[in-house]
Amino acid sequence: MKSKLNASNAVVAVVCAALVLLPVYSAVTGNIFILTLFTRIIIFALAASSLNLMMGYGGMMSFGHAAYLGIGGYAVGILAAEGIGSGFIQWPVALAVSALFALVIGALSLRTRGVYFIMITLAFAQMAYYVASALSRYGGDDGLTIYKRSTFDGLINLSDRTQFYYLCLACLFGGVYLIWRIVNSRFGLVVQGVRSNEQRMQAIGFPAYRYRLTCFVIAGTICGLAGALLANNTDFVSPAVMYWTRSGDLMVMVILGGMGSLFGPLIGAIVYLVLEELLSQFTEYWALIMGPLLLLIVLFARGGIMGLLGRVRRG
Amino acid sequence: MFLLIEQLLNGLQFGLLLFLLAAGLTLVFGIMDFVNLAHGSLYMMGAYFAATFVGWTGSFVLGAVLALAATLLLGIALEFVALRHLYGRDHLDQVLATFGLILFFNDMVRLIWGPAGLALPLPTWLTTPVQLLPGVYYPAYRLSIIIVALLVAAMLYLVVMRTRIGMLIRAGASNREMAGALGINIKLLFTLVFGLGAALAGLAGLMQAPILTVQIGMGENILILAFVIIVIGGIGSIRGAFLAAIFVGIIDTLGRAFLPDLLRTVLSGAAASTAAPALSSMLIYLLMAIVLVLRPEGLFPAAKR
Repeated sequence: MKSKLNASNAVVAVVCAALVLLPVYSAVTGNIFILTLFTRIIIFALAASSLNLMMGYGGMMSFGHAAYLGIGGYAVGILAAEGIGSGFIQWPVALAVSALFALVIGALSLRTRGVYFIMITLAFAQMAYYVASALSRYGGDDGLTIYKRSTFDGLINLSDRTQFYYLCLACLFGGVYLIWRIVNSRFGLVVQGVRSNEQRMQAIGFPAYRYRLTCFVIAGTICGLAGALLANNTDFVSPAVMYWTRSGDLMVMVILGGMGSLFGPLIGAIVYLVLEELLSQFTEYWALIMGPLLLLIVLFARGGIMGLLGRVRRG
Repeated sequence: MFLLIEQLLNGLQFGLLLFLLAAGLTLVFGIMDFVNLAHGSLYMMGAYFAATFVGWTGSFVLGAVLALAATLLLGIALEFVALRHLYGRDHLDQVLATFGLILFFNDMVRLIWGPAGLALPLPTWLTTPVQLLPGVYYPAYRLSIIIVALLVAAMLYLVVMRTRIGMLIRAGASNREMAGALGINIKLLFTLVFGLGAALAGLAGLMQAPILTVQIGMGENILILAFVIIVIGGIGSIRGAFLAAIFVGIIDTLGRAFLPDLLRTVLSGAAASTAAPALSSMLIYLLMAIVLVLRPEGLFPAAKR
């Protein structure tokens, strides 16, 4: 990725700077609402970025990505309910369980292609949804309230709004940096090669399946982190986090921002969630406007917002 | 034993209903290569139209016929205004655009009919149970769903296999470009097929309406089931959709009815009552995952392109 001064890079730089300075603005104006809104946006941006690694670079159209949000969240929630409040235990467990889940469903799903892949990932996410609904010990359908956020003794206090905001932002920037490194590594180039021509990559000696699976697991694990953050943010986790419309939301964010562009999901998450917030203040029926808007974006703005801004790294 | 027969019939009824939904979906999918998530919204609209028109006319049958026509027109309008511009696009674009339509329809229904669900009362002649075998009674309405759905399935089979329009549909499904090159008006055919699919979805919705409440989001769960069916059955295959739908309907219903007791014999009471609802909801998805892993093209794939 060469650094160039163009419209989209400028927008990304401005957005990132604004995100870093947001708590200052919030403290000066006393506007707490904007801080909580953007904490949520940043968490979803992280989840969408991980989906982008899978969809945009790996060409794997997962329609079940919200499952990892739920799994990461439930790992935190269940451990908290069982009296293990330390984030040093909760978070690694959340990541490990997400990775394991991704490994199992990836191993099965990657045997299929195209629409079948979309449907089988959806099916696995729905299964996770029903399992969570049946966990009567942990709230079942009603969800699980987390009474105490993860503790990181001596390091950071998650109950402090500003500290938690910066932790989320650090996770997002860290995640995007990791994805950038992956995409430009030999591994990432192979994965992108498999996306554009699997047979050819196979023929020149790359085990395509293993590369895709590894990419799938990495993306799932990053999303599991977003799930752990989300559970801490809402102090609550419920099966609804894993419902298929949530996976749809994540997909929308990725495509809206620009699939296969590093900061596209961040821009997409900001636009989607801010729009939702604004429209729902303006009218109760916000989806009445949002729905057709999505249709128009698909019809007329291929490559999403980053595409419109003129730079999309699409194969 | 009677319970088993009753549950089998319930499963058959549910399966046939799913078939009506899946048939439209698989036609659209198979012929136009179009993933229509908004198919569930048409199902929902069918139910809302029926509730409204039955209320206006006071006649169940007349209301149902009007609702069917309304859904057909809605489907054609939808295809004409928006969806036809999405053919040939990436599946992902189609998923996104029709996801937007779901949002739109859900809120539109909320705006017009309000957030509370509606009830569609049955006329008295449909509420009396019918005696099937000595001692075996079955609700007349559910029985009539089975009959109507079977008739529609038979008609669909005849139309697709025995008429000129069906021939064109099959030609379009097996090779779109070639069919177009041979002078078939593909655009008109697509609109027609889409309208047909919409009407079938509407029929499923309006028939299901008296059994469940008519509510927002009712199309979403069942849409996923319909997708599961066409994936199990093999995309584009009506025969596959029919068999898979009945299979899924029966397995789902029997699972919900008997799995809790079955599990209780193996597990302790508490563990069984936790596991049973999850397992019975998952059964279908589990089935689909197994089918896809073993036969990635579905059980009855349509002829190769």
